[in-house]
Amino acid sequence: MTEQKIFPAPSVDPETKEFWAATNENKLLVRYCNSCESYHHYPRTICPHCGSDDTSYKQASGTGTIYSYSVMRRAKEPYAIAYVTLDGMGISMMTNIIDCDFDALEIGQSVKLKFSPTTSDDVRLPTFTPA
Amino acid sequence: MSINGKAYIAGAFEHPVRNAVDKSLAQLHAECAKGALEDAGLTKDDVDGYFCAGDAPGLGPLALADYMGLKLRHVDSTETGGSSYLVHVAHAAEAIALGKCSVALITLAGRPKAEGMATGTAPRDYGASPDVAFELPYAPVITNMYGMCAMRHMHEFGTTSEQLAWIKVAASHHAQHNPNAVLKNVVTVEDVVNSPIIADPLHRLDCCVISDGGGALVVVSPEIAKSLKRPLVKVKGAGEAPKHQMGGRVDLTYSGAAFSGPAAFEEAGVKPSDIKYASIYDSFTITVLMQIEDLGFCAKGEGGNFVSDGNLISGVGKLPFNTDGGGLCNNHPANRGGMTKVIEAVRQLRGEAHPAVQVENCDLALAHGTGGSLGTRHGSATLILERE
Repeated sequence: MTEQKIFPAPSVDPETKEFWAATNENKLLVRYCNSCESYHHYPRTICPHCGSDDTSYKQASGTGTIYSYSVMRRAKEPYAIAYVTLDGMGISMMTNIIDCDFDALEIGQSVKLKFSPTTSDDVRLPTFTPA
Repeated sequence: MSINGKAYIAGAFEHPVRNAVDKSLAQLHAECAKGALEDAGLTKDDVDGYFCAGDAPGLGPLALADYMGLKLRHVDSTETGGSSYLVHVAHAAEAIALGKCSVALITLAGRPKAEGMATGTAPRDYGASPDVAFELPYAPVITNMYGMCAMRHMHEFGTTSEQLAWIKVAASHHAQHNPNAVLKNVVTVEDVVNSPIIADPLHRLDCCVISDGGGALVVVSPEIAKSLKRPLVKVKGAGEAPKHQMGGRVDLTYSGAAFSGPAAFEEAGVKPSDIKYASIYDSFTITVLMQIEDLGFCAKGEGGNFVSDGNLISGVGKLPFNTDGGGLCNNHPANRGGMTKVIEAVRQLRGEAHPAVQVENCDLALAHGTGGSLGTRHGSATLILERE
């Protein structure tokens, strides 16, 4: 296993401050619409499914499956980008699959949340690793 | 109300440059404009509508109207990435139909090669876009995003790298006849699948070229078209449809062409089997395959079989495509391939394609573009054009 990768810090804005603050407590929040009773990602104040502003955060269990992935071979340090479908939430999020054998990854594979450090002390990045 | 028959493409020009170290961006736009206007038999003083997108410098139409000395009564800077220029043709037809302009100029230009842009290997930062914080740290690059589309297509439908390779093979068969093409050598399926992987499962030869240059179109009213000495290329139908992540309900198996295609066919009153020639956006081989399915040339999931065995090669297969060599071999100016898609369709309808790739009796053509990324959010635009 190579040394832990430090990711570039995301830009935090007023709308997503709460989401990023939770990452420092190793919590992945997903925005939930109380009106249409469905999740969305990335988080918005107004639900992109139904247009209601009755939205709030719920904590994800942290397990999911790989919807699709691609290993960037032509990079100084190859990495696996992926969409992971979060269990029980019906939505997929872009992420990286870390601490894994790139050649053994599969669509449909079970993965679990593993936060990674970023260049900011205040923010960690939700990444996933094989379950 | 429809734009069918309300406007004609009277001028088309593709800049021959592929590496523009000695030219400025505004200069490229102006040279493309001049080329298309001369092709139509018009001058800049005839132009009363101007269209450009995010590749234009500064405040877009303001900067370039100033640079080129245009006196305008209609401007449109709709930005949907590489598909913008097909949208511009449709919007120009709408404006002409409403009497808002009668000679619409559309330009595209860029110099990613001269500027040393790492188009295929470095993530692009879209600044204050709300998705950026949730994507950029993961290093999405155009290649790995389209790679994820291809991986999912392979998973759901059994599509193979060899089938995708046939798309590059067909483009290379056409490009050998284009003296301006970046890649002029005919390649085989083996050449493609044996080229290095950039991002799984896409090989170097699954990718388009990176090139400088540009192009321009002149869209005019029926009265003006009929007063000019050029063949009549009519705008018969158009559709546009952005597609995105749908709030996280991500589905990478189809593109916005599933909506823009049927809209264009309905407006034109024709069906996919009527089309004699198709320009299909080809940033990657997978881009072509997904759009061929979404446009209805074959059923979803059957694109792999459809593109195999030379079915896209002019004179060989059922759907001759990108007979200039496309973005895959000829030219992908400004990393935006929509403009060149329309230009080659116009050449085919005029009978002005290279004789080796000219489709016989080509009276109905489709041009389709995507812009942005099929892996995240993209514009999608379809045009159906007819020779009168």
